Amino acid sequence: MDESIEVKADLSQADRASTAKSPILEARNVLKRYGHVEALADANFEVAAGEVVALIGDNGAGKSTLVRILSGVEMPDAGQILFNGDPVQLASPTAARELGMETVFQDLALAPHLSPVQNMYLGREAMRSGLLGLLGLMDTKTMYKGSREAFDRLGATVRNLNGPVGGMSGGQRQAIAVARAATWAQKVVFLDEPTAALGVVQTKAVLDLIRRVSNEGIAVVLVSHSMPHVMEVADRIQVMWRGRRVATYRAKDTSMEQLVSAMTGALSREAS
Amino acid sequence: MTKVLNAKLSPDAVEDLPTGRLKGAFRLQAMQMLILLAILLGIFGVLKPDTFLTLFNLRDIVQGAAIYVILGVGQTFVIITAGIDLSVGSVLVFSAVVADKAMVAVGGQGWVTVLVGFVAACLAGICWGLINGVMVAKAKVPPLIVTLGSMSAALGIAQVITNGLDLRDAPATLTNDIGFGNIIGSVPTLAVIAGVIALLGIILLHRTRFGLHTYAIGSNPEAGRRAGIGVERHLIKVYVLAGLLAGFAGLLNLGFYQSTTISGQSNTPLNIIAGVAIGGTSLFGGVGSIFGSVIGLFIPITLQNGFVQINVQPFWQQVVVGVLLVAVVYIDQRRRAAATRGPKPSILRHLINKSK
Repeated sequence: MDESIEVKADLSQADRASTAKSPILEARNVLKRYGHVEALADANFEVAAGEVVALIGDNGAGKSTLVRILSGVEMPDAGQILFNGDPVQLASPTAARELGMETVFQDLALAPHLSPVQNMYLGREAMRSGLLGLLGLMDTKTMYKGSREAFDRLGATVRNLNGPVGGMSGGQRQAIAVARAATWAQKVVFLDEPTAALGVVQTKAVLDLIRRVSNEGIAVVLVSHSMPHVMEVADRIQVMWRGRRVATYRAKDTSMEQLVSAMTGALSREAS
Repeated sequence: MTKVLNAKLSPDAVEDLPTGRLKGAFRLQAMQMLILLAILLGIFGVLKPDTFLTLFNLRDIVQGAAIYVILGVGQTFVIITAGIDLSVGSVLVFSAVVADKAMVAVGGQGWVTVLVGFVAACLAGICWGLINGVMVAKAKVPPLIVTLGSMSAALGIAQVITNGLDLRDAPATLTNDIGFGNIIGSVPTLAVIAGVIALLGIILLHRTRFGLHTYAIGSNPEAGRRAGIGVERHLIKVYVLAGLLAGFAGLLNLGFYQSTTISGQSNTPLNIIAGVAIGGTSLFGGVGSIFGSVIGLFIPITLQNGFVQINVQPFWQQVVVGVLLVAVVYIDQRRRAAATRGPKPSILRHLINKSK
């Protein structure tokens, strides 16, 4: 395989499509091996504040691995992660969270018997002031108000803030998980296949939600198989193939055919 | 804009219905059991108006329920984490033995001696809770097995210490003032202590971070972990709490019966777990309330008392409790299947896996 050509193609594409803003999060030449399998080979990636970047690619192209590395779930074998231009070590999801990055995995990680409010504040409870707080008493009013405001601001229609999440529709649960991530993330939100299990109406609502999150100045990284959804919501689309980025497009300048041909590796043979 | 979205999302609003039903049903169970309890009291009251609904007899029921309630508070926390604690009866006996030995060693009949017994009983209970918790949380042995083991071991050690003979030398203050003493008038001290513990349990479970994390772990431990909760640590704390309460109950039990009741606790775990489940706490985790447990625990006690009075063999109480337990869990299972049917069947699988 001719790596130098691919990297060059990659860079030229990136130059052409990169935004004016400097990236908030950047991956440079990231390498990750599982035994003999090279999941990521010299992968590059960048996202700027307030930008929605979609990561697409065939199964096994390395999208999920890249997100796992960027969100601190796994460490890269080689390469650099830059946050706000500074190299960082993301040793754990907590480390990523402390930098202001939240991830919504496909399983959403909601506790089904808890309410939207409790899920929203789980692990970050608002405590009563003074002695009562020290005794572990929670400030339920503040948590309810905070959740209500967050859901309203992001347009997530959660009717029953006190009912168990497990009894709610897939769209509502997705909205709760995304709103939770957006509420706590100051900088970057990762979404892994947020529309995979949803109907048409619910998908529309989640895509709207993603736009609102980015309008608040948060960078959104979206992993998805659904090309129409990606083209609708993303600012830029980065295509991965065999563990590296092979192309970056502005969503409004690209076509489905172009994306599919990049995903199937047609680009990697070409010099541009 | 919000209005437009609301309109667009109307299908979601329709799907919201099961939520209300789910919550309502759980609330209902505690209420239903309260009604059942009232009916039981009514039936026995009509059948034996002169003896059953007397202040003396009701006092007896409340006093008898006190120790169950204290054990039930700890058990409720454990069951909400999708665990179970079969060792409560044996830990109670073990703690009573340790407390008795400690009090005899210190000597005296007064409050200082009782305080020594209190500390000894609580420490003994905490030790077993710690063992249970570490084995469940760190060694990942299923709670059913861990607590079955400690049920056997704790009772065994208690018997080794005492050569199998009940100790009956508890200090007079413990038996007279606490065991069957009254605080004011004819309000039993034990009932007041149990009431205070139930109240503290309600606050701890429903109002504090500790309680919320307990629910979260029982509902979806992975969600807890991702939210930054120390799941293993928290599980250990919950088992320690149950052990501490069982230890404390051991001291009170020693005061009430003036005996370590070594062979008298074989039905205790069943009665406690049944009472907690009857009160609406789900054996699959994530759902439950202390209030429900208290109601649920009064049912076996009331049955026992009533059967004796109407000359029905009191052994029928065990039959009724056994049937109620299975019926309640069956209904719970059906309800869960109905509540989680739909977009995410994996939740159901996850819960079934947990019941192991």
